[in-house]
Amino acid sequence: MNLARAMYLALRSLMRNKVRTALTMLGIVIGISSVIAMVAMGQGASTMIQDQISTMGRNILMVFPGAASSAGYSFGGGTSTTLTSEDAVAAAELPSIRAVAPIVRARAQLIAGGQNWNPQTLNGTTPSFVDVRDWDVEEGSFFTDADVVSSAKVCVIGRTIADNLFPGSSSLQQTIRMKNMPFKVLGVLAKKGTSAMGQDQDDVVLAPWTTVKKTLQGSAFNNVDQLLVSAQSDVTAASNDLTGLIRQRHRLAERDEADFRILTMNEMATAATQTSQVMTLLLAVIASISLLVGGIGIMNIMLVSVVERTREIGLRMAVGARGKDILMQFLLEATALSVAAGVIGMVLGVSAAWVISNTLHWPTLISPSSIGIAFAFSCAVGVFFGFYPAMRAARMDPIEALRYE
Amino acid sequence: MEAAVGAAEFPMTPLISIEKVTKVYHLGEHDIMPLQGVSLQIMPGEFVAIMGASGSGKTTLMNILGCMDKPTDGKYLLEGQEVSRLGKDELARLRNKKFGFVFQSFNLLSRTSALENVELPLQYWNTMSWSERRQRAEAALKRVGLEDRMDHYPNQLSGGQQQRVAIARALVNDPAIVLADEPTGNLDSKSEKDILTLFSELNATGITVILITHNPEIGAQVKRLIRIKDGRIVENA
Ligand SMILES: Nc1ncnc2c1ncn2[C@@H]1O[C@H](COP(=O)(O)OP(=O)(O)OP(=O)(O)O)[C@@H](O)[C@H]1O
Ligand SMILES: [Mg+2]
Repeated sequence: MNLARAMYLALRSLMRNKVRTALTMLGIVIGISSVIAMVAMGQGASTMIQDQISTMGRNILMVFPGAASSAGYSFGGGTSTTLTSEDAVAAAELPSIRAVAPIVRARAQLIAGGQNWNPQTLNGTTPSFVDVRDWDVEEGSFFTDADVVSSAKVCVIGRTIADNLFPGSSSLQQTIRMKNMPFKVLGVLAKKGTSAMGQDQDDVVLAPWTTVKKTLQGSAFNNVDQLLVSAQSDVTAASNDLTGLIRQRHRLAERDEADFRILTMNEMATAATQTSQVMTLLLAVIASISLLVGGIGIMNIMLVSVVERTREIGLRMAVGARGKDILMQFLLEATALSVAAGVIGMVLGVSAAWVISNTLHWPTLISPSSIGIAFAFSCAVGVFFGFYPAMRAARMDPIEALRYE
Repeated sequence: MEAAVGAAEFPMTPLISIEKVTKVYHLGEHDIMPLQGVSLQIMPGEFVAIMGASGSGKTTLMNILGCMDKPTDGKYLLEGQEVSRLGKDELARLRNKKFGFVFQSFNLLSRTSALENVELPLQYWNTMSWSERRQRAEAALKRVGLEDRMDHYPNQLSGGQQQRVAIARALVNDPAIVLADEPTGNLDSKSEKDILTLFSELNATGITVILITHNPEIGAQVKRLIRIKDGRIVENA
């Protein structure tokens, strides 16, 4: 019997019992789809971090509030409110440091002239930002320290936003509404293009951090989410100097734990790699458990099917089927079941990754290797767990099988 | 009738020849011996009925003749070739190429069309194209008078029609021998007659037919009747 025909027969026999087939596949569908979606999220996140590292430059350090956690990096920062813009001003005086900009993160929809825009990045900062990031203003000018002091409702926008909100006209002196408040556009940043990850770096709005804090976040505090620091040349020296300075400013005694943590790009790169390794291991465990459970489900249903079809097996043997023909038939059915489940799982996983990146703005990256491995594993599960039931079918005695009621 | 003339001049090799065949089942303490030394020869083209009380060993004998089972002891020559020492796969091949089986309970695959049921033996041991298989299955169904029921499922057919599908399945590989174990046991007398007529027609085309029956009328009609009692042949005419 040729393989295509055998495959067709296997699929047909599965189609006869649609509900049962669907339920049997469920375990593998869920396993494969969740693994694919999670691998996509993990790889997306680590690629994004690598990406940020490479676009920001090696001499960048970040200071986050909150005690250093032992388990790698954490992006949103801690919950403590210890880092202030004064820390930034003081740090900028250190000889090993070139410039420091405080960062306050926010989210808001931009509205201008009937257009809507959801910027990827909306940050409050100071004019030092330009020096830290080495990012020129192409049109107009950056906001000033005076704007920061007075919490002026002004902003600087990236090229993408300028092109989308004010196509064909100059963005300068135009008004953008955020949270129902008018912000005047003072300048447009030079184009940086998309990062390796595909993230648009020009999809950015910068405003005085005081304005973002008070007006957009409605906060009465004057802490900031992060300090963005560029070192003169020696990142380690800068990191040491920063630690000493901030500890002193926060009046920490020798034995006190730091209430902030400093990440250099190198540390972040290491942490990101470690995290993705841990993640990969975890996913491998989840994947094997779900494939094991799914596989046992397949084995179970195939055993039931073999018993139910005892007479069919007897008949096939009576008309000339060898043990190995019967073995192939049931093995193909089990494999078809798991491969179909694997394919459905892949489609679901890829769709889930797509939904996650589009609704939660979590970067996802679907690697061909994760698809390939998922496919290979679902084939293997079918063959492995289908073998025992198929063997039982193949070992039947034709006379007894035909007599089975 | 050249074959008949030839047979008269040179003694033909029997199609089936068994000698002192026994079958023993070990059931716990004691053994059961449904066949206790059966010897029998069947020539090509015969129409044989096997009769006997329930439990006398008819089905056991038939299974051995059809290469579904092996004798515990004794010799079995099929077309002069010793088969009792063949392996499982070789026996499967013989079942596929030499025999057609018809069962009391039809044994059609449900939710599978008549045509596909008939194609079943062609799935094994051959490299026929899909269309050739189809043609042969159609021809077999035509032979049993079911050309207008090819796409019907077994549950859409009467008992007599289902048995005719099963006979078409037995014929599709051009077997030398058709073995039928109480083929009309589940049928009314009208269908029974039709099926028997069909077997006679097949026999007329040269196929050897061996039939187990409980119906004495059938026993009286056939060319040759074998009676079995307690695992022994008591009448062989
Ligand atoms: N697999 C088996 N294990 C043990 N005993 C068996 C087995 N198969 C058949 N027998 C026994 O062998 C004897 C003959 O059985 P067989 O099926 O050949 O009878 P039969 O003549 O076909 O009867 P019936 O007319 O009722 O079909 C019976 O006593 C039966 O119990
Ligand atoms: Mg019987």
